[in-house]
Amino acid sequence: MNPKVREPFVRITKRDGLASWRGWLIRLISLILALAVSAIVIYAMIKLNPLKVYAAMWEGAFGSEKRSWVTLRDTMMMLCIGVGLAPAFKMRFWNIGAEGQILIGGIATAAVLIYCGNSMPTWALLLTSFVVSSIAGAIWGVVPAFFKARFGTNETLFTLMMNYVAIQLTSYCVALWENPFGSNTVGVINQQTRAGWFPSLLGQQYMLNVILVLVLAVSMYIYLRYSKQGYEISVVGESERTARYIGISVRRVIVRTMMISGAICGLAGFLAVSGASHTISTSTAGGRGFTAIIVAWLAKFNTFVMILIAALLVFLEKGAMQIASQYNLNDFASQMITGIILFFILGSEFFINYRLVFRGKKEAK
Amino acid sequence: MEGAKATVCMREITKTFGSTVANNCVCLDINKGEILSLLGENGSGKTTLMNMLSGIYYPDAGQIFVNGSEVSIRSPKDAFELGIGMIHQHFKLVDVLSAAENIILGMPGNGRLDMKVVNEKILNICSLYGFDVDPKQKIYDMSVSQKQTVEIVKVLYRGADILILDEPTAVLTPQETDKLFAVLRNMRNDGKAVVIITHKLHEVEELSDRVAVLRHGQYIGEMVTKDTNAAEMTNMMVGRTVSLNIARPEPKDPKPRIVVDGLTVRDIDGVKKLSNVSFAANSGEILGIAGISGCGQRELLESIAGLQLVESGSISYIDPETGKQVELIGKDPRTISTLGVALSFVPEDRLGMGLVGNMDLTDNMMLRSFRRGKSMFADRKSPRSLAERVVNELEVVTPGITTPVRRLSGGNVQKILVGREIACAPTVLMTAYAVRGLDINSSYTIYDLLNQQKEKGVAVIYVGEDLDVLLELCDRILILCGGEVSGIVPGRGANKREVGMMMTKLGGEAGK
Repeated sequence: MNPKVREPFVRITKRDGLASWRGWLIRLISLILALAVSAIVIYAMIKLNPLKVYAAMWEGAFGSEKRSWVTLRDTMMMLCIGVGLAPAFKMRFWNIGAEGQILIGGIATAAVLIYCGNSMPTWALLLTSFVVSSIAGAIWGVVPAFFKARFGTNETLFTLMMNYVAIQLTSYCVALWENPFGSNTVGVINQQTRAGWFPSLLGQQYMLNVILVLVLAVSMYIYLRYSKQGYEISVVGESERTARYIGISVRRVIVRTMMISGAICGLAGFLAVSGASHTISTSTAGGRGFTAIIVAWLAKFNTFVMILIAALLVFLEKGAMQIASQYNLNDFASQMITGIILFFILGSEFFINYRLVFRGKKEAK
Repeated sequence: MEGAKATVCMREITKTFGSTVANNCVCLDINKGEILSLLGENGSGKTTLMNMLSGIYYPDAGQIFVNGSEVSIRSPKDAFELGIGMIHQHFKLVDVLSAAENIILGMPGNGRLDMKVVNEKILNICSLYGFDVDPKQKIYDMSVSQKQTVEIVKVLYRGADILILDEPTAVLTPQETDKLFAVLRNMRNDGKAVVIITHKLHEVEELSDRVAVLRHGQYIGEMVTKDTNAAEMTNMMVGRTVSLNIARPEPKDPKPRIVVDGLTVRDIDGVKKLSNVSFAANSGEILGIAGISGCGQRELLESIAGLQLVESGSISYIDPETGKQVELIGKDPRTISTLGVALSFVPEDRLGMGLVGNMDLTDNMMLRSFRRGKSMFADRKSPRSLAERVVNELEVVTPGITTPVRRLSGGNVQKILVGREIACAPTVLMTAYAVRGLDINSSYTIYDLLNQQKEKGVAVIYVGEDLDVLLELCDRILILCGGEVSGIVPGRGANKREVGMMMTKLGGEAGK
């Protein structure tokens, strides 16, 4: 054979119908690889025993019963936002505005708690907050959807800018509800009466969060997969021309879907205020509206897979905080580990869809 | 050596995609100064084979020799260095750049770009082979045929002497096709090797010197074109004897079903697309619509389907049972169907409009039926059985009904779309370029389906580009020219030349 005739060293071929267990195996391998690479980085940069660092991360997330419940609570929060984003992204509507929708839901909840805290029983407070926060979030979602449907505006920029409006509104409300005067925070709302706080269920403070979000996740799964509206969402997302051809009103679907998406993100604000921090500030959403985009996309809008991904992300966040305080590191070291792990998990999708054929190896027939 | 004359020899080439074998031990020679037709049905591996020559794919096994020495073509760049250039079915041009800018795109050069020299070189190539290109014209201003010319010049500019054209005539009018063929003959006479991928037999006969046939990824054989005939080539392609006559039963009791009167349509830019169009489509009849591309066929069908904003005129549907008239203008597709108008529409853009490429067969069948029933949930059972029925009855080649439609070949995609539209039991069936890109076998399946619908009393409207087929299949032919009705002629006994004239000039020769 002519020596100049060389096969390319490596080439990419598409995989066909990979068994799903093998897909999960690849994901697992990528996680292990990520941990190995992180270990090398940890050792090379901060000269710590990587195993001890990992143990500390575990400690941070699940070290005590309280910590485990906080991790679970935050996972549910993340899942809730992911569930809210799923229909929008499935419709290829780039809802970058979850952050703002959460804040608006949070403001609505805080307002109910502050103004009605002494005049309503807890169940009525919770119900009112639930409704008001979802309406507030829905409005925040519908505004960009309306302009997109009507005038073809760019929803990415629009939703993003709605976030800043929400942040400014929150600042205003914080100033309005300042307590104690001069602290520049709202403080813990209804600290004495605990009015409008999530009650303990089955002896667990955060049980209601878990139940609420799991119900949402299951409903969203059924909605997207089996309902007529869910089907319309996927047709609009795949091809607007097909949707029009078949007589689906694209405008109506966009507005309706963003109403649902915004409402669920608004509910996340309700969870954050009523079910977790019992206060409101500009950092109530804390970037989770953006992180949840990763949750929704990585899970390909399957809300059950979202549980896993939300849990992983929250675990990483808790672990990162723990090693930061335990080893006196700054945030960056722990964020690097998070980054490495995410990189590997995202990269594993490539190996699930494609494979590399190296020179000299024939493909199996 | 056997391949002494051949400029390209492909030996035992095999390529698989997952479990699909696209090419299996294919051997092919391409000679200089010759036009070779690569003939085969949809999905027989013609394009894959040529993509391996042009560096898009890399073969799993086999050898390629160019001018006698073995080569490895790893990228389109390697292919260009060997003088191999391919013109793809879907053009790869930058819309906002001029022809010349597109042609030199990606070519190495020194720091200073002298467009004058480039333009001169382009015009040289053009005059050598008889192209008609303005190097300064922007791509977005060009017709499909001009874009194709730019693609060809681009390849020649890079010094290719082996040209591969993938179904070059699929988007051209008969006149444009003749022009292209003249150019290709000039190239052959200049000593270049030309390969055209096609499944149109009359083109093979008209143009090529030699023909090679592929079937199901396998090399079947090759012949000198003048020693063979259409029937023999079809048999090799399909693997069995196929009758090449299109049936045309007499229409039974034709009555007006759709009456269009004075229809005028403007596009978004205010350009008149249809002007005062009037005609009637009858039940039990196939009405053909002929015209060069862009003369308003699409707007006409979309107006009837309720997808086009209409300026003036009326479109009325006459209910076959009650005889009641329903005005369709100003109604969207959903309203039209809730009024009981059973209108089916096979649009030109199958995957972008008629179907959703990423959805599987069942979900695509559901497009028409998902609203049925009062439940909030969509019924997936009946679409699934419909998908199974369509796959069985129309012999759709698919790994299963859960395969995304975009993975199927063109003919199979079309069968699914037509199958779904017919399953709605329409009273009006509109099809736009129903057989574009389809091989002989699939085309005849579609013609049969249309005839069956006609015999059931459906008013069939068939927009086509192949005049021979229009003349053989349709009962009446409406000819459009620049958005106006140029004439309506009976299909039986119509003269191809006359119809062609009417397509380019209102009323044909007589209508001056």
